[in-house]
Amino acid sequence: MSNSTAPFVVIGTGLAGYNLVKELRKLAPEQEIIMITADDGRNYSKPMLSTGFGKNKSADELAMGSAADMAAQLNIVIRTHTSVTKIDTANHKVFVGEEPISYSKLVLAWGAEAIRPRMEGDGADRVFSINDLEDYASFRAVVDGKKRVLVMGAGLIGCEFANDMVNGGFEVEVVAPCEHILPTLLPTEAAQAVQEGLEGLGVKFHLGPLVTRINRDGDGVVAQLSNGTNVAADAVVSAIGLRPRLDLAVKAGIQVNHGIVADRLLQTSEPDVYTLGDCAEVEGRVLLYVLPLMASARALAKTLTGTPTEVSYGVMPVTVKTPVVPVVVSPAAPDSAGRWIIEREGADVQAEFRNEAGDLLGYALTGAKVMNKVALNKELPAIMP
Amino acid sequence: MKKWQCVVCGWIYDEVEGAPEEGIAPGTRWEDVPADFICPDCGVGKEDFEMVEI
Repeated sequence: MSNSTAPFVVIGTGLAGYNLVKELRKLAPEQEIIMITADDGRNYSKPMLSTGFGKNKSADELAMGSAADMAAQLNIVIRTHTSVTKIDTANHKVFVGEEPISYSKLVLAWGAEAIRPRMEGDGADRVFSINDLEDYASFRAVVDGKKRVLVMGAGLIGCEFANDMVNGGFEVEVVAPCEHILPTLLPTEAAQAVQEGLEGLGVKFHLGPLVTRINRDGDGVVAQLSNGTNVAADAVVSAIGLRPRLDLAVKAGIQVNHGIVADRLLQTSEPDVYTLGDCAEVEGRVLLYVLPLMASARALAKTLTGTPTEVSYGVMPVTVKTPVVPVVVSPAAPDSAGRWIIEREGADVQAEFRNEAGDLLGYALTGAKVMNKVALNKELPAIMP
Repeated sequence: MKKWQCVVCGWIYDEVEGAPEEGIAPGTRWEDVPADFICPDCGVGKEDFEMVEI
């Protein structure tokens, strides 16, 4: 039963939710919109959380607007510190406990959550994920005046945090069960260039083992690794991966896979329910980056206001914010047939992934080679044309 | 000549350099960059840039 006079309801006030609403307002200035967020609704940029220590920014300084500011600016209602407990798609309502909120269109923009590590020991409460502004504020408070940080995970976020915390004056060690850092994004030579750069800053890597136990030790911890090494630290950052939030969607009978399943119109399996951002799986792709999020926000705003518009993704390279050795990478589509052609001079790596015909399918550039991205971008196929 | 930074991803638009790969000639002042310009690294719109002193 659709309720076409009910408002649009958007769950999530991250970059996805706020950018969708900004785009909606350009097209439908009078449309009633309610945003619901479990956090304080402050507008902030998640990518900027990875450079906060080096720039010595507090969470307050990274916030670009309070929920009240955003509500006034966008002319919407924002329900902060509010958790949706149930979605009733048949009746077009979401529930906050007993309170029903009707929607004409519902957008799920609630993002991805940090995968929590499983290990033994009594130090689990000294292990922090930094996946939003509030997490960042908590972590900054915890490490204020401290020295040593252990980072679990050597993917994009782990490496960015490692570089940033060194820039912020910390001693950093990184543990990850991989052969080389950035294993899903980079070929070996490029990863080595970045690792050597980080090691030059004093970062110590333990690649191969897992953390099996974290025990309290005074105000800090000792982490035991599966290779028998012990690492002492004042705090631990867990950056071992993100997974789209799915719980409420599953309970509501909305189809999920790795993410919430959506077509190119960003529609889920339920009428009038849409999704975008880190929680969405659009035509099989979960892309945890801002470029696809922005393309989605623009397309979905048009769709929601009466002009159905399929989202398309062009060339969308990923920048890894490791300033000691910058990286730009455009991964080839999964299951692409091809081979890496790699040139390396110290910190500068040019790695091109080409098929038999010589077509460029992906690339990874580090250091001074990053400026070659413009030329290579012109050769790449669109991710989702 | 000034520099403008994307508040979401930190990409810098330097008026001296322009953004030739995006069709913006060197020396183009920010106010003359088209309104539909989007950040080449993250896609946010021109309204999400702020002037920075670097």
